[in-house]
Amino acid sequence: MKNNAVATTLAIFKREFLSYFNSPVLYVIVVIFLLATMGFTFFFGRFLDSDNASLTQTFFFWHPWIYLVLGPAVGMRLWSEEHRLGTIELLMTMPLSPWQAIVGKFIAAALVWAIGLALTFSIVITVSWLGDPDPGPMITGYVASYLYALGCLAVTSAASAYTRSQVVCFIVSVALCILLTLIGFPGIVDSVVRTLPSSLENTVRFVSYLSFMDHFYEMSKGIFVIRDVLYFVSVIVVGLVITHMGLRSKRA
Amino acid sequence: MIQVQNLRKEFGAKVAVDNVSFTVNKGEVLGFLGPNGAGKSTSMRMVTGYFRPTSGSIKIGGVDMLENPELAKQSIGYLPENAPLYSDMTVASFLGFCAEVRGITGAAKSKAIDRVLDLCFLHRVRNQSVDTLSKGYRHRTCFAQSIIHDPDVLILDEPTDGLDPNQKHEVRQLIKNMGKDKAIIFSTHILEEVDAACSRAMIIDRGKVVADGTPASLRKLVPGATSLDEVFRSITRSDLEK
Repeated sequence: MKNNAVATTLAIFKREFLSYFNSPVLYVIVVIFLLATMGFTFFFGRFLDSDNASLTQTFFFWHPWIYLVLGPAVGMRLWSEEHRLGTIELLMTMPLSPWQAIVGKFIAAALVWAIGLALTFSIVITVSWLGDPDPGPMITGYVASYLYALGCLAVTSAASAYTRSQVVCFIVSVALCILLTLIGFPGIVDSVVRTLPSSLENTVRFVSYLSFMDHFYEMSKGIFVIRDVLYFVSVIVVGLVITHMGLRSKRA
Repeated sequence: MIQVQNLRKEFGAKVAVDNVSFTVNKGEVLGFLGPNGAGKSTSMRMVTGYFRPTSGSIKIGGVDMLENPELAKQSIGYLPENAPLYSDMTVASFLGFCAEVRGITGAAKSKAIDRVLDLCFLHRVRNQSVDTLSKGYRHRTCFAQSIIHDPDVLILDEPTDGLDPNQKHEVRQLIKNMGKDKAIIFSTHILEEVDAACSRAMIIDRGKVVADGTPASLRKLVPGATSLDEVFRSITRSDLEK
């Protein structure tokens, strides 16, 4: 009996991914995601009136707000469901490292978002039909949007490791994602800087630098900086490490 | 196959398992007896590597569970209490998943699935979704999972809980037959099961081993007692007592 880390991770991934397709939640979320992205783009973003062949301000602008709610909705079952069903006991007594399970499950949820995002392809066709868009910001916009979704998923994965209730996990994750978004929201940061004494400005700027938003905006404007990608990668790593700690503490 | 020494588990200030040691060899079936909350499940969870003991050592086939958990877990099959299952899968796909995680793939996988479907009488529900199964089938599906890799060590937490008398009988026969070439631990509070399936029994009360021996020798522990039931009641304390 040989035990291959990649094969085990794939087996976990496959099960998790198929279970998304077996549940109505996935379809509901993807449909809401598509309605929300398109609705925001055409009604609030005034895409057709903007007379601008760019998706930055009309399309990608809204994504963080949608992920705040839908990211946790996709991720909330990751570990909460294992705790609730008791299958965590089966999984953790099988010959695998917890990391294989954590990564396998995370990739499954990440692939769900890849599908959701890929299904927004019609907006790319529309904008290319109507105008002559610059492909650069479009590509970085998609990358930024996807990384934002993965950031929310990593937060949710961490929260789900600590509770058997999907509802608790959802509420906690949404709150954390809102916090991580708002501390970097330009309007809020500026007004905080104005109210506080100027000596604290650097502290506020530093805190806002830790936010998802700060890194998302730069990238969605078409400025592809490896620093911003690394930021999201570290958010994911930290989220998964906290997931690992949560699973460990539950077994102590 | 299973060597456990001075196992201790504390949950905060509460001591759940206190200085438990035992050895189970190939061909032995050890019955874990004890009242609810005596520490049976906690002990089994430590032996399977789910809980980390506060102190003590666990060796499975010579491999240390605390130092090399992934290798030690390869030779264990485990049926947790309440038989947890992924409710959105079919019986066959659930067993397939368990086989794949254990590194059994391709033709070996379908052979392993067929073998345990046979052993646990699950052919009829093979493609049925787990959440539509009756309790007996759920239990047997989880039991099938524990033997899918034909392990040397089997740990079964209340394997007959919630089964009807016919099913109980089948499971006991199964345990007895498999006990010929495996090391098996199973917990129960049905005492007749000890006579039916065990070569040895241990009575645990409040985290401590209070009796250890063959079913016949346990019966002699308490003078005048004719059944294991009486022995059990006289050496363990009931929940109701302070």
